[in-house]
Order: sequence, then structure tokens, then C-alpha cells
Amino acid sequence: MTAYIAKRLLAAIPVLFGLSVIVFLIMAMIPGDPATAILGSYATPENVARLNADLGLDKSLPQQYLIWLGNLLQGDLGRSYALNRPVLDEVLERFSATLILAGTALVLCSILGLLAGVVSAARQYGFADKAITVLVLIGISTPSFWLGLLLILAFAVKIKLFPASGMYAIYGGGDLPDLLHHLFLPALTLAAVATGVIARLTRTAMLEVLRQDYIRTARAKGLTERRVIYRHAFKAALVSVIPVIGIQAGFVLGGAVYIETVFQWPGIGSMLVNAISTRDLLLVQGGVLVVAAAYVLFNLAADVVQTLLDPRLR
Amino acid sequence: MAEPLLEIDSAERIFGGGRSLLGRKLPAVHAVQGVSLDVRKGETLGVVGESGCGKSTLARLIVGLDKPTAGTITFDGRDLVAEARRDPQRLARRVQYVFQDPVASLNPRKTIRAILEAPLRHLLALDKKARQARLKELMEAVNLAPEFLDRYPHEFSGGQAQRIGIARALAADPELIVLDEPVSALDVSVQAQVLNILDDLKQRFGLTYVFISHDLSVVESVSDRVAVMYFGRIAETGPAREIFAAPRHPYTHLLLKSAPVPGRRSLVPEDANTELPDPYDPPPGCAFHARCPRGTDRCLASHPPLEQAAGRPAHRTACYHPVEERGHA
Amino acid sequence: MSDTAAPAMRIGKARSAGRPSALRLLLNNTLATSGLVVLLLIVLLALAAPVLPLPDPDMTAPADRLLRPLAEGHLLGTDALGRDILSRLVWGARVSLAVGISATLIAAFFGSLIGLVAGYAGGRVDTILMRGIDMVMAFPYILLALAIVAALGPGLLNALYAIAVVNIPFFARNIRGITIGLSRREFVDAARLSGKSNMRILFGEVLPNVLPIIIITMSTTIGWMILETAGLSFLGLGAQPPQADLGSMLGDGRKILFTAPHVSIIPGLMIFALVMSINLFGDGVRDVLDPRLKSGALTRPVARTAVKRENVPEKPAHEDRLLDLVDLSTQFHVGGDVYRAVSGVDLYLKGGECLGIVGESGSGKSVTAMSLMGLVPTPPGSITGGAAWLNGEDLFAVSDERMRQLRGADVSHVFQDPLSTLHPLFTVGDQLAEAITAHRPMKRSQADGRAEDLLRLVRITNPRARLKAYPHELSGGMRQRVCIAMALANDARLIIADEPTTALDVTVQAQILSLMDALRREKDAAILFITHDFGVVSAVCDRVAVMYAGRIVETGRTQDVLSAPAHPYTGKLIDCVPVLGQPERRLASIEGRPPVVNKLPAGCAFADRCPRVEADCRTGDIPLSSFGEERAVRCLHPLTREAAHG
Repeated sequence: MTAYIAKRLLAAIPVLFGLSVIVFLIMAMIPGDPATAILGSYATPENVARLNADLGLDKSLPQQYLIWLGNLLQGDLGRSYALNRPVLDEVLERFSATLILAGTALVLCSILGLLAGVVSAARQYGFADKAITVLVLIGISTPSFWLGLLLILAFAVKIKLFPASGMYAIYGGGDLPDLLHHLFLPALTLAAVATGVIARLTRTAMLEVLRQDYIRTARAKGLTERRVIYRHAFKAALVSVIPVIGIQAGFVLGGAVYIETVFQWPGIGSMLVNAISTRDLLLVQGGVLVVAAAYVLFNLAADVVQTLLDPRLR
Repeated sequence: MAEPLLEIDSAERIFGGGRSLLGRKLPAVHAVQGVSLDVRKGETLGVVGESGCGKSTLARLIVGLDKPTAGTITFDGRDLVAEARRDPQRLARRVQYVFQDPVASLNPRKTIRAILEAPLRHLLALDKKARQARLKELMEAVNLAPEFLDRYPHEFSGGQAQRIGIARALAADPELIVLDEPVSALDVSVQAQVLNILDDLKQRFGLTYVFISHDLSVVESVSDRVAVMYFGRIAETGPAREIFAAPRHPYTHLLLKSAPVPGRRSLVPEDANTELPDPYDPPPGCAFHARCPRGTDRCLASHPPLEQAAGRPAHRTACYHPVEERGHA
Repeated sequence: MSDTAAPAMRIGKARSAGRPSALRLLLNNTLATSGLVVLLLIVLLALAAPVLPLPDPDMTAPADRLLRPLAEGHLLGTDALGRDILSRLVWGARVSLAVGISATLIAAFFGSLIGLVAGYAGGRVDTILMRGIDMVMAFPYILLALAIVAALGPGLLNALYAIAVVNIPFFARNIRGITIGLSRREFVDAARLSGKSNMRILFGEVLPNVLPIIIITMSTTIGWMILETAGLSFLGLGAQPPQADLGSMLGDGRKILFTAPHVSIIPGLMIFALVMSINLFGDGVRDVLDPRLKSGALTRPVARTAVKRENVPEKPAHEDRLLDLVDLSTQFHVGGDVYRAVSGVDLYLKGGECLGIVGESGSGKSVTAMSLMGLVPTPPGSITGGAAWLNGEDLFAVSDERMRQLRGADVSHVFQDPLSTLHPLFTVGDQLAEAITAHRPMKRSQADGRAEDLLRLVRITNPRARLKAYPHELSGGMRQRVCIAMALANDARLIIADEPTTALDVTVQAQILSLMDALRREKDAAILFITHDFGVVSAVCDRVAVMYAGRIVETGRTQDVLSAPAHPYTGKLIDCVPVLGQPERRLASIEGRPPVVNKLPAGCAFADRCPRVEADCRTGDIPLSSFGEERAVRCLHPLTREAAHG
């Protein structure tokens, strides 16, 4: 098993490498001259040339990439000119806030989604199934940013149960209860869509599994229906749902962009939106790279869990 | 004795293998190994063996759907492997194939007409009128009503679908047809219909068959000569009568003893130590050794070559200790 | 093939033969229809925007700013610049729809093309294309779109490209998976041997089969794409002022959420209505096009076959019989059709006896066997008549809990394909121990010891090590031995074996048959043995019952039936199989096909294929008449004289 994990980790290296190429290329594609952008249109040609040389922009593209990669490996992602601080510092600070939000949402949607899907399948065509099906459809059809606004209106404005924005209270906050209080609404909003997707797939996977020959065998052995569904069927369904949870991690991390904007959560999503509008491209580059790398590692973890569950993959 | 139409010389097909980027050897399976056979014009060669013995791979090699990794296959004096690469249509005009699963071999979204016209159009380049006439002939040959032409495959039973598959193979007027388990997916009552049609077509059109099956009694009833395969190699080959009446290879013996026959109670022992070797890690020497009651150390040392039996030149067996007595178990 | 599955398959076939059009099926689905209606309404509104009597959506009127809904002249009120929200909503929906549909088409086109080529070509082409796709998929979904918009600059068209690009992998992966499966299908080889070129095969043979999947994927992603473009606009990265789509309207409204919530709530509601209608409709499309979902294939079978008996026979007075099945009828209800898979079957087993049920696929042999312990899937199956007396208890009348106690204890099963009947994720030891503890609670270590004994009983060498093996690590014969061990776990009095050797090679089959024969004598267990092969029957069965079209047509001792069959069907069935050692025999064949069990003829179901048919065969019910010792035949003109006079 350790060998397998090591193998998977090794296999992730080319992927991370590829990510860095794509991110670099996207930023290199940008039309216009960054030096002019930074210095303004009144800059003298000498100044522009000097800055270009400083930035390494006078070299060929592969050379630029290698220099950039070299810096990257030393933890140097450049400086954000708008914030005037190292990109890495800003990105890591923001990313920890996103991790709290997205992580909570992911745990929430996995538990709720699996639960709803299993109950739905176990009671196919019953009331619970119908109710869950409708809720799921509403969940995956609702724009999450709109849902966030509705929740703010309902629970922060009308009933003053939760704060409308931020991560901590401005005065006297900072402890865990305060964080959870602020976390509740955004995490719920972020989890809504993913819960729907996971519930749907779990239901389908359960129904598919329940038709398999080995379920008939389990019943023919005289096992209780509870054991048939929650042990035999659920384990098999879980194997096909886990990669989906891995993919949902990507949707949750991406969806955080909206939710952080709506709830003014100081995470990497709202940072990226700001950086894009201020054309702070090094910050965008660093942010995208860090989130993507985290996502790759997360998918790797999902792979490993799946392999643990399914001996056929070993 | 007629000229060989098809000659296979030491054919080998390895799946997988090679090396990974890091230079490690990748696992390889020898699906077919050192197989030499010939098929004479107008005869039916039966190839019999259990799952994993390489008989289907051999079939695909003969029609050019797959290429051997070593060895040669000659059809009517020409290099079949080279021809399959250079001009597959020319080969397809002369060698055709009937598939195991009759329903899977028909595209569910095409009418029978479209399926049967494809070879007429692409292989023979017939015009519309000639195609019409040929379609009528073909449907008649396999005993199906012409109004079936405009239906879709799902409207047919397995037996009917297999007859359409046979008509498709027949369309380009080939000389050799490879039949890969043509009746094993069919119910027994339908199986007889299809076997009888095949026999009839062979007489009418002077066809040559390579008939592949796991079912000994079916092979016995259709074949002039038989090759028994085990683990990618030929264990025994010879005239059908001799093989079935006086098998020499212990594996052929086991097969014949195991086949269920109406009116016979089971006789074989029920011990479990009788499985195929691991194809990724084949044992040295004879692959049947572990299951063989006659095995000796010699069988482990090297693989026995196919050798003629005394006084029976057509009957060859790959065994160091063949069963010699006449008459059988 | 096990024929419990056969009815469902046949039903699928029968249905598609006279199947109502796809549109009709779609309209039968209320949810999908309502989705379609809402969607059409929105599309029509959006299309008609230029001719509708709406004010200019971009005309500002500072005096009329932030009017509430239902204000005069502004049905839905006005926004912060005094623009009419209704008008902006209609025009915005137009933009959102156009962008969503275009993005879907672009993604579908390129994604499907990549998927088709990669899946069909395989090898290096596949590796290179899919590595590229994996790379794109390694980014969290929206993040890549953000990066692309960051590079290209904000704007509706750039947002469209970004959304299309990030969705290409989704299509490519889906379509590639399907294409790989199709490219290995035999009809592709057949087309190649018909002289078709690769291009012709890919676009003429494979594409038509992939098309439904492309449409399903489009219908399920278009709503998602509309949501995502709206999202980018919401962030201010999509539509730029003064142009508005639904997302940017929502984004504008957010800034005044607390003072004028309607400005953001209304466009959000519109997005929701649009996406919801598309999703409802898309689900409907999927249900119609996805072959797996047809005929309720995703309906989950319940724990026990439904029993809706119209007749309950009296308890028969045969003390010596272990099992006495009387007048069993099992039906499948699919759509409006009733498939009489089993109609009026009687059979019995004495202790330690082996009875073979022989028949072709669709004859009802497996359904008969699976009905006994309620293992016929409901829906669509149900037991509609008869009684099964096991040791004086009617199996169709016992409680669910009693049935559970009997299953695996008094009556156990061995099924056809040992790979699919064992749970792939539990070890052999787990599954054996579970079979034991389900009926006799004991410690796990004790159960493990017992499991080891069971493996030894079925002649598996090194049983202790095998307990830790997963089913896929064993060979086919070994797996079936495990299944047999499981069936013996609680010393069952009756073992129901449904084609237990059909999936095995002939040499392994012979071993398994010998093993079963030896064990039933050792354990004195009765076996109900389902098969299609008279050779297999001869090897293990004391008596045999031949089934045709859901009824037993002949029964008797194995030797008697084989040497002198009385029913013309039995005779033909024996004669049409080649027999080892008799290669010269011309095979008899039975022309025609068995009747479909939802349209059984009056009288004898075999009449149309029978060489001895006479007028009286086609009228009235033909009884199973006894003759000789334990013999009976359901025929008015049997082959043997004694049967005729029986």
C-alpha cells in the first residue's frame, strides 16, 4: 500500500509540472506589454527596456519558463505590485481561509450527499425519495451566488441569526465559536450544489449496485435487509462515488470564488477576483497555481481511498 | 490430397510486454505461441480448446484483424500478414469471419440491408442493381425472408442474427471463412439450425472453414481435421476421427472425459488442483504438467515439440509421454 | 444465460419493436413536460424580445430609480439607474441563453471529436490526447475559466470561450469511454471486414451509436453552463455594461441588496427557472435515450418477490416430500403487458434427491427456481398463484423474517456466474463467515474456523490462506467451489443450483459436477438443478423436468426420459444436440422460435413447431398426464405408446 501511495505521488509530479506550464502559458498569452502596463504609457523606451530586462522578458519563452520555474521551486512567486508584498505570503494567507470554508463545505456535502442518496435509493419511490429528488433538483439548479444572497437576506437581515459577511467579528472576535458563527452560512451555500450532485450519483450508484448478482447472493444467504443495503450495497456504491467526491472538491474550490465574493470571506477566491480586475497578474498566477496544486493532491487522496476500498484496483 | 490453402508457420502473438519509460519490463501474455497449422481447400479444420487457450486470437490472426508478433501466415501462396497491411480489402474478399456474439456483431443502428450492402459496395464495388440481386441470393442462402432486409438487428432472435452474420461473411464470395464459436451463444435448438445451414453452404459454394469452438461434440460433428489447443500452443492435431477415437495427448483425454454426454454419469475426480497456469508467469516446459497424470521431470525441462505418431503421419502430438493404446477411455 | 434476466431483456426487445416515439415517451413524463413548457416559454420570450412592447432595456431614468415591482409602467420595478427590470430580464435571458447554448455546442463539438478520435484510435494518440485533457481537468473547474478570463480580459465572448474550454474535458472523457466500448464491439470488426475505412467506421458506424450519449451529455450540461456564465458575469468578468445578461444584473443588484432586494432577487429567480426547466427537460431526455433506464432498469428489486396469489392450493398429503411446489405461477408486469414466465408448475423433491429442470432460455426454468425463496426481482415480477410446501410450511405465506431465516439455512443457492455472485469488495472469508453468523451467532474466530472447514470440504487446497483472498484473485472453478461452500454453510436440506456450471470450462465443469454429486450424498441434501444441457443432467440428476414456455411438458427419471422421450419437444431437444462419438448423425432442428410469454397461444405452446401437431392441440388446456413410474407428459399425441395409453 505504501508502495502504491509512493507510486501515485510520483505520478502526480508530471501533472504538477504540466499545471505549471499551462499557468505560465496562459499568463504569457496576455496581450500587451507588462512593462508599459506597470510604468504607464508615458514611460521612456529606455525605462521600458530596463524593466523588461529586470523581469526577464527579453529572453525566449522556454528560457523565461525555466527561470520562472526555478524561482517557483524556491518559493518565489514574484511580488504583487498592487499589494506590494510577496505573492506567496498573500496567497498562503488567503488560501488558509479558503481551506477552512471549502473543507467544511466538502465534509458537509459528502456526508449529506451520501446520506440523502442512500436513503433515497433504499426508499425508492417513497416519500423520502421524492422529497430528496426534488430538493436535489432545486439544489443543482440554483445559482450559488444567488442562494447566498437569499440566505443573507433571510438569516442576517430579517432574522439576525448569523453575520452577513466576513470571517471574524471586527470587535472581540477571533475565537472558534466566532469563526463557526461566520462560517455557517457560506459553508452551507457552498455545499448546496455539491450535495445535490453527490446525492444524485449515490442514488444511481446504489440502485445500480442493488441489481447486481452479489446482492441477490447476500439475500439468498439470509442476511437482513439492513445489512444488505448498508453493508453490501453501500460499500460497492461508495467505490464509484468517491472519485465524484474528488471532482466535487474542484467544484467546491472553484465555487468558493462566488461565495467568498458574496460573503466577503477573505479567501483566495475573492483575492483572485480583485486581482483580475486590477490586472495584478502575478497574484492571479500564484493563486491559480496553489489552488490547482492543492486540488491535484486532493484527488490523489481520493484515489488512494478508492484503492483502499477496492482490492481489484491494487 | 488437396493443396494447403492456408499455412500458418510458428505464429506467435504476445500482448503487452515491452518496457516502461523507466526501463522496467512490462508484463506480457503469450496468447499464441509457436502455432503451425495448415488448412486444405474444401476441408473444415476444427480448433478446440478452453477459455484462454488462444483459439480466438488465432482466428483474428487468420482474418488479418490482428497481426502476429512472429511467424508467418500464408494464404494461397501469398503473405497474408503483409497483405492485411497493404490491401486489407483484397484479403477480405477471400477470407471472412463469423463472430461469436451474433447480436454484438450487427450495428444496432443499421438496417440489415445496410449491413449486408457494405461488403458488396466496399469490397466488390457492385452497382445498385447487382447489389439488389446479390442481397436476394444471400437472404435465400441463409434461409431468411427478403422482407427482413429493412429491419433493425434488435428485431431478430439470436439464431436469425447469426444467419445474418453468416450472410455478411458470405457476401463477398470468400474462399475461407473463420467461424469463431458461431453457435455457442445460441440455444441448443437454434444451434442445430445454424450448423445445418453452415454445412449446406459449404457444399454449395465449395467453402473452406476454420471452425473454432470449446464444444467438443460440435467440433467433432463438423470437422475433417482437428487441432486441440492448450495455453497458447497446439497440444495435438490430426484427422478428427483419430483424435476423437484415439487421443494421444493427456489433455485431449481429459477434455473428452470431461465433456457431459447424455446418458453418462460424471466420472472425473473432483480435486481442485487443476487450474490453468498464470499466463503472466508461465511454468517452464509443458503447461499441462501440473494437471497431468503422466508428467515427469522431462516435461518440466523443455516444451515438447509436435511429433508424428508412429504409423499415423497426420496425427501429431506435443507430448513426451503420449497415450499409445488405441481405443479410448 | 440465466433466464431471470431474460424476461427483462425480451421485454426491452418487445418494447422497442412497437415502441412509442421518443417524443411521446418524453411527454408522458410530467416533470419533463413541465420543464419543456417553461423552457419553451422563456425561449419564445427571449426570441420575441425585439418585437415585444418593452421599453429600451438600457434607457436610464434617474427619477424612476429603484421602483418596487408592480409600479405603474414597470411591472417588475426598476433598478438603480431607473432601467425597466422586466425589459432587462427578457433581454438578459436572451443573452444568457445564447451564450449558454453556444458554449455547449462548442464544448460538445470539440470534446466529442477528441473523445471519438482518442477512443477509436487508442494507443499513443489516445495517451497524448487524454494526458492533455487530464491536465485541463487538474484545475478546479471555475479556476481555469477565471485564469482564461484573466488572460483574455473580461468580456462576454471571453467568458463564453472560457466556459466552453473548461467543459471540453467533460465531453471528451464521457465520449471516449463510450467510444472505447463501441470500438471493441464485434460490429466494428465486421465493418472492417466489409471493407470500410477507418473514417467510415468512426463516423458511419461508431458515431450513430455515440450520438445519443452526446445529446444526453449536452442536455445535462447546458443548465450548468448557463449557471457558470452567469457566475462570471456576476463577478463582473462576463457581460460588460451597458450590455446585461442575467448574471451581471444579479451582480449589480448585490450592491443594493439591503435597500432594494428585488433588483437581485428577480434575475436570480429567472436564472433558477431557466436552469431548473432545462434540468427537468434534460433528465427527461436522458430517461428516454439512455438504454439502461428503459423499462425501469434502475428500479431497485425489493428483498422478496411480491406474492399476489389468485389461487392458493390445498396442502397436499405427501409426507415423504421435502419440497412440494404446487401450481406455481409467476408473472412479470411491464407497461401494460403481462409476461407469464411460469404458469402452473408442479414439482417435488424428496430428501437427498436431485431434480433437474431443463429448458432453453425463456422457458421459465430459472424463474421457477428463484420463485421458491422469493428471489425473483419485484418489480416487475410477482408470484400470482400456487404454494410451495417446505417441511409443511408454505414458503409463499411465511413472514419476511421467517423467509430470511430459511434462506441460506434450510434452503441455499448456487448461482451461475461465480464472479458476479460473490461480492467483489469482501474477502472469501468475510463472505463465508457472514453466511454462517447470519443464522448462528458466534465469535468471528469461531466462524473463521468453520469457514476454513467449509473450504476444505469443497476440496480447496490451503484453505486458511484462501480465506484472505478476494474473489477476483481466484480462478472460475475455485470461485464456484467457494459458492458451493457457502451453500453448505448451514447444512441446507435443499440446494437450488441455477446453471452452476454454465460459465465454466468443460474440464472445470466436470470437476464441479462430481463435487456436487459427492457432497449431496455426503450431506444428504436435495438439489434442484437448473440447466439447458442434457449431458449435465445425466451427470447428476435422478429425475428431470423439461420446461417449455413456462410449463413443465415432461418429467420422469433421467434415464427413462433420455432413452424414450414422450413429448415431441423433448425428443427434438435431445436430437438437435451433437453427441460426442456420433459425428455422422444429421442434427434435427426445431424450426421457428418459442412463443413470447405475453402472447401464449391457446392449447399447446409447442404446436406451431411440432411435427405431430393436430387440430385438437390448439384448443383447451392440455393436462400433464401421468404414466409409468414418476413419469408424466403434457401432450395429446406423445412419441411413445405407453405414454399415449397412460
